[in-house]
Amino acid sequence: MGFMKEINNDFNVRIALNIWKNIYLIRSVEEKIAKKYPEGKMRCPTHLSIGQEGVPAAWSECVRNNDFAVSTHRGHAHYLAKGGSLNAMLGELYGKVTGCCRGRGGSMHLVDTSVGFMGTTAIVGNSIPLGVGLALSAQLKETDQISCIFLGDGAVEEGAFYESVNFAVVRKLPVLFICENNLYSVYSPLSVRQPKDRNISAMVNAMGIQTSFGDGNDPMAVFDIMTKSVKCARSGEGPFFLEFSTYRWREHCGHSYDNHLNYRSEQEFEEWRLKDPLLRLEKQLFDKDVTLEAILVQKRMLIDHEIDLAFQFAEESPYPEASEAYTKVYADE
Amino acid sequence: MNNPAAQSKTFTESINEALVQAMTLDSQMICYGLGATDPKGIFGTTLGLEDKFGKSRVFDMPTSENAMTGVAIGAAIDGIRSVTTHQRLDFFLLALDQLVNSAAKWFYTYGRPVPITIRLIMGRGWGQGPTHSQNLHAWFAHIPGLKVVMPSTAYDAKGLLLSSIFDPNPVVFLEHRWLHNSVSDVPDGDFRIPIGKAKIVRPGKTVTIVSMSYLVVEAMLAADYLNKHGVECEVLDLRTIKPIDWPAIYYSISRTGRLLALDTGHLTGSVAAEVVARVTQHCFDQLKAAPRRLAMPDVPEPSSPGLTKGFYVRANHIVSEICAMMNLSREICEGAPIEPEPHDVPGNWFKGPF
Ligand SMILES: Cc1ncc(C[n+]2csc(CCOP(=O)(O)OP(=O)(O)O)c2C)c(N)n1
Ligand SMILES: [Mg+2]
Repeated sequence: MGFMKEINNDFNVRIALNIWKNIYLIRSVEEKIAKKYPEGKMRCPTHLSIGQEGVPAAWSECVRNNDFAVSTHRGHAHYLAKGGSLNAMLGELYGKVTGCCRGRGGSMHLVDTSVGFMGTTAIVGNSIPLGVGLALSAQLKETDQISCIFLGDGAVEEGAFYESVNFAVVRKLPVLFICENNLYSVYSPLSVRQPKDRNISAMVNAMGIQTSFGDGNDPMAVFDIMTKSVKCARSGEGPFFLEFSTYRWREHCGHSYDNHLNYRSEQEFEEWRLKDPLLRLEKQLFDKDVTLEAILVQKRMLIDHEIDLAFQFAEESPYPEASEAYTKVYADE
Repeated sequence: MNNPAAQSKTFTESINEALVQAMTLDSQMICYGLGATDPKGIFGTTLGLEDKFGKSRVFDMPTSENAMTGVAIGAAIDGIRSVTTHQRLDFFLLALDQLVNSAAKWFYTYGRPVPITIRLIMGRGWGQGPTHSQNLHAWFAHIPGLKVVMPSTAYDAKGLLLSSIFDPNPVVFLEHRWLHNSVSDVPDGDFRIPIGKAKIVRPGKTVTIVSMSYLVVEAMLAADYLNKHGVECEVLDLRTIKPIDWPAIYYSISRTGRLLALDTGHLTGSVAAEVVARVTQHCFDQLKAAPRRLAMPDVPEPSSPGLTKGFYVRANHIVSEICAMMNLSREICEGAPIEPEPHDVPGNWFKGPF
């Protein structure tokens, strides 16, 4: 018992519960998308974040509402973690007029500017310079906002990544680059794309930017690293690059599992599954206080209900009129 | 070498066969792209190549489109042919610098050939949305020094890919995703279809429909329908859009006197625009009606199936253009085959997401 107390010493239950809630929400939304995707009503390429919730969930507790964020094709988790409207996200996946882009974008194009979530783009590396531009704007306007840029290990291979980091360093911009290294780009392992012992954060560090590496499936550890780096970026010290190890459970794009394709081993998958950020955090919480089990049961029910309602909302929403496709191509229309 | 056997094959199988054939003929040729050696093998088109030709000639690549295009150019000026592939044309936009500033210019400035082939796949429907569905072939056709190929059948795909690979110039080879499962009789072994030659896929003497890539399918549907009403459309499949087979177009117009030019890309600045312009200049005296064109609207392709209903050029649009051109009855116009349900897939074989 004494040992337990020691490792949980600076474990903040309030923060842990918030992070848990974020993970549970993201996981449950994604699971429900996976369940309903085969119905063929969400007709757009969809990249799920199941297994990767630890980073966005902890990040969520470290940033402010008016901080900026941009993300990628795999952006559901980041959008939800920033507080993006669940109804508008699901509306978008269903192609409905209530979607965050009124059906123009689909799953890979999520936006909710009311919470600083400025967009996700479907071209690898594409949103990285945009995030730097948002930081430039914050600097020019002398606000204390930071700009958070989510990217995958694949995006690190694009030239735009280096060009963006370079500029952010030169101008000491308040940027947080957050690389979720899940070891794969589609079915291509890191081994066919980057040298064997490449340490991404160490490499990026050589560009003159502060960096950290962390276990993305340990949400409380992510929280600690995030807290420090956010503080740094906000204080005018310049940009920060974070790399977190993590793993995508489902197929690259779509609802199913794809281990049978043999691009990765079942064993590797099972190993990562044991590192489930949700179970890990729940165990930490229960170790701290067994009475939390009952509380989480309650919370789960509430979140599940909220999600059911959001799906119902999206399914019942109308499609946009086909004629809308031809309008508002230009901002002065 | 010229095995006359022809068997029914899909477009993707034909691409695969052409790659095998080319890599067998040229023992130095390389083939790479994101996913080229993964279990799906770029919609099946690169499956088995790594086993046959080894890891040094067939490989996956970093997500570095621009650099990897430049790498192909560098190898090419030292005599290594390559086929590189991108699962969407949209991803390749990162490589425009290498394509336009180097590949297209190298021979002109230095006199050294750049024998590269770049395969780009163009998506459509099923929520591909604004950045997974662009048909920007007109951009490539605009660049002197590039050849641009857009086959519409499995047969042409194989013969044209082989010609593209052995062409001493940079060739952009465009595959419409909606054609990938289409089937035709395709000869085994080596056979070539010359770049720059159009094909009359349906002869007729009343209207010339100039088409390319997936739109040949819709043009044929429209032509079949109109034929039942006594309107004989001549359907021309350009197959190559740079260089365009102008003699074939002019010859057809000399017999029909009417032109409808189709395009899978946006209307403004389209290949259809070029076709109408040249035909107007060249065949002005022979025209019995003002030339017309049909292309994608000057609007990005949205994701929602609610927004893409009626968005694509379909047989019924083609029929109504021709009806308007020829003052045909409303009944003919309205009886045209309509967009199938669901409208955003090429057929049952396509289950999404790409
Ligand atoms: C420029 C570009 N190249 C290729 C693709 C196809 N593509 C879509 S997602 C993806 C994987 C990128 O891997 P990573 O950045 O590690 O993100 P992850 O999917 O692992 O989250 C690729 C290659 C693309 N969308 N854009
Ligand atoms: Mg990855």
